[in-house]
Amino acid sequence: MSQTPILESRSLHRTFGAVVAAKDINVAIHAGEVVGVIGSNGAGKTTFINMVTGFLPPSAGEIMFNGRSILGLAPRKITRMGMARSFQVAQLFPELTVLDNMLVALSIAESPLPSFLRPLRTPERVEKAEATLKEFGVAAFRDHQVTAVPQGTRKLVDIAMALIANPKMLLLDEPTSGVAVEEKFPLMDSVMEVVRRHGVTVLFVEHDMEIVARYVSRILAFYAGEVIADGPPDQVLDDAKVRELVVGHGHGGHGRARRSS
Amino acid sequence: MTTLLAILVDGSIYASWLFLVAAGLTVIYGVMRILNMAHGSFYAIGAYSAASLVGWWFTGVGGNPYVSYLLLVGAALVSGLVVGLVVEFALLRRMYGKDEILMVIITYALLLILEDAVKLVWGVDPYFTYQPYSLMGRSTFGGLTFAIYDLGLVGVSLAIGISLWLILNKTHKGKLLRAVIHDREVAVAMGVNVKAMFAVTFAVGATLGALAGALTAPAISVSPGIGVEVIVLAFAVVVVGGMGSIGGAAAGAVLVGLTRAMAVHLAPELELFVIYSVMSLVLAVRPQGLFGRTLVRKI
Amino acid sequence: MRLDRTELWLLASGVVLALGVFVLPNWLTFLLTIAFAKGLVVQGVVVQMRAGLVSFGQGLYYCIGGYTVGMGGQWLGVHDAFVLLALSMVAAAVVAMVLGLLLTRYREIFFAMLTLAFSMILYGVLAKSQSLGSTDGFNVHGITALGWTPGSSGKMFVYVLTCGIAAVAAVFLHRLSKSSVGYVCEAIRENEVRVEYLGASPRWTLYSTYVLAAAVSALGGGLTGMATGHVDPEMAYWTTSGEFVFIALLGGIGHVAAPFVAASLFSTVRTYAIQFVPHSWQMILGFVLLGIIIFLPKGLWSLFKRTRKAEARV
Ligand SMILES: Nc1ncnc2c1ncn2[C@@H]1O[C@H](COP(=O)(O)OP(=O)(O)O)[C@@H](O)[C@H]1O
Ligand SMILES: [Mg+2]
Repeated sequence: MSQTPILESRSLHRTFGAVVAAKDINVAIHAGEVVGVIGSNGAGKTTFINMVTGFLPPSAGEIMFNGRSILGLAPRKITRMGMARSFQVAQLFPELTVLDNMLVALSIAESPLPSFLRPLRTPERVEKAEATLKEFGVAAFRDHQVTAVPQGTRKLVDIAMALIANPKMLLLDEPTSGVAVEEKFPLMDSVMEVVRRHGVTVLFVEHDMEIVARYVSRILAFYAGEVIADGPPDQVLDDAKVRELVVGHGHGGHGRARRSS
Repeated sequence: MTTLLAILVDGSIYASWLFLVAAGLTVIYGVMRILNMAHGSFYAIGAYSAASLVGWWFTGVGGNPYVSYLLLVGAALVSGLVVGLVVEFALLRRMYGKDEILMVIITYALLLILEDAVKLVWGVDPYFTYQPYSLMGRSTFGGLTFAIYDLGLVGVSLAIGISLWLILNKTHKGKLLRAVIHDREVAVAMGVNVKAMFAVTFAVGATLGALAGALTAPAISVSPGIGVEVIVLAFAVVVVGGMGSIGGAAAGAVLVGLTRAMAVHLAPELELFVIYSVMSLVLAVRPQGLFGRTLVRKI
Repeated sequence: MRLDRTELWLLASGVVLALGVFVLPNWLTFLLTIAFAKGLVVQGVVVQMRAGLVSFGQGLYYCIGGYTVGMGGQWLGVHDAFVLLALSMVAAAVVAMVLGLLLTRYREIFFAMLTLAFSMILYGVLAKSQSLGSTDGFNVHGITALGWTPGSSGKMFVYVLTCGIAAVAAVFLHRLSKSSVGYVCEAIRENEVRVEYLGASPRWTLYSTYVLAAAVSALGGGLTGMATGHVDPEMAYWTTSGEFVFIALLGGIGHVAAPFVAASLFSTVRTYAIQFVPHSWQMILGFVLLGIIIFLPKGLWSLFKRTRKAEARV
């Protein structure tokens, strides 16, 4: 493709002592794509997200966002450039209410140097935060402390906080992990619906092949720090290596054969 | 030249003393992750126990003066072990697993309590127990006079440092302890009785503190507030060397000791300033201390 | 600037307390002056606690505030209370701007230790400074206010001034706690990584908070110097800072008035305790502190428990 990719990694490497968590990762993602990342535990999926968002420095390689190198930038700078992420375990402010979590996110999105005297809760902010919570179907939990809401709701709030800054790209690390089986599809439905409406490019990590197959336009398969397959879902999920090393190793019932299209 | 020699000798003496004071603190932090503010109180308790026992030996009994050295050590062992075990059992045992900074505050509360407990037991008048100190006399070399007792401290300090190192590195129990330091969960999984380890460690640490106090008692006037003064010095040493490391405490003690000796001889008004400046400087360039391990951040 | 109910209430309390100068006995106004001045220092500790940082060296700014007031009169010939207090804040802020660069890289016990070390450096310098009276410190006198010399009613003047400043500071800090920065500080305490990932700089937030806390604490030191007419290096000694931490924990971080209430309680109890059980006063403090930690875990938990980086797997 001739267009500049929104996110591109070139020869990314990362080791932790003897563990190779990323080995020569070359990936280019274009605006508008929905990319699924699969791979068994420890394959290096989170490490990849940590590196492209500036949390972990790669041992070698280059990362470009919208054609600019973002290597060495702090996560907050990368966030401000328009790349947001959610977390495998929801990263919230547990003592604050759901609404206040959103307001903090919104206030920082508006200005990275928050005000000392202007209150956090302005009517405009509250309105916008509530609207976002509604989009995700979790407005009912507005005034609950985060520790008191269900896991699935926490994951949604986590994603909502990432989205409220209107990012260009969103990286979701296992959005449905820790969520009850029957809630997984509804959760992904509400997320993808919002994401589509905002025209955000998405990359998400997922173990459940049914979910992957339902939402993505492209799959990256990770194994032992390497991308062993990259392409349309049908092609990747039929790949012999992927079937052997990734799908067959998925945990629990998630490794079931995908629903054929 | 004489000044240089004086700096070296004074520095070594002061460094040995600092190491004595800091060893218990670093052992406790290394194993238990408790930065024990009450360590100064253990020092004070050791000093008072020793001073009163030795005072009684000389004035009350009039016994053989050389026995007083045994009494110094005995007083420290008994008082340190008793107070350490009581504190561990009655208080700390209930607090394990809490945030490190909260543990600092808990031991700060303990310090406040013990400071007054010391006053209630021993009163507020100073104790002088100079006999074991003067008994050894003085010696002259290189044109300088030194108290032999002070030089003896260097030996004791070395002996304690080496024993601690041997225990940790060469004995079976010590290796288990290092497993606890390295990874608590793995140690538990290996069947190490962490609770017992903690109790023993705390008692040992407290006893080391008491021993430092007892050995210092003959050289100072034992009075309220000595523990409070000592604890910040011990912090400085431990922080400089890297919290939880025996070798680090030794290095920290040498660095702080020599720096202070230099200040005392060359620019006395900077004496206190340099100690904490060394600490701040080391922290600024090497937050984990000279010998500390960097924490692996994993999110 | 509209005032909310809490703010009106704070200002009203300030006015009522200040008017108390006409009816309250001298010993009581003096006790309250010291308590509120200390309360201001404690506010500085509390602001940082909200962000998850425990300063065991706030005495540094207490001392800088006190010495600036004293030295301003002695060496600069400045005697006006307002100018002196402004100087105190500036001096503290300047020092904090420098130290903050280093300190904001640290958290938890390292922050606690380093703040302690810095205050001990100042103690060490002052205790050896002949010209500043070494460990004895020196006296502060001749305070004036906008050209007026209170003379024999100096203590009463300082009391009224302290009430006024405490009330205004409380309003300001109340606003701060409801502001974006106030919430971001709490967010940092609970999950710093997430704050970074939202696009804010935790370090910058902590830095500005640290400088602000220093300035507020310096006010407390300056007022104490004026009230007692004396400053000494003990103000920077670590046990003084420990006292501030104690009062902060006693009051909790829930309400802006708490540090003042706690400081008043502290000063009152101390006055009597020192009189009747002089050698058990610290012991009482110690047991109270343990009591707070053991029996009010909720308050303290919310204070110290945050998503630890080590545990939060992304
Ligand atoms: N901070 C870290 N320190 C040490 N090893 C790590 C760290 N982060 C990840 N690893 C290791 O790197 C490998 C890849 O981990 P990760 O990216 O979390 O896998 P995934 O998200 O695919 O399950 C694993 O072996 C893991 O143990
Ligand atoms: Mg992962």
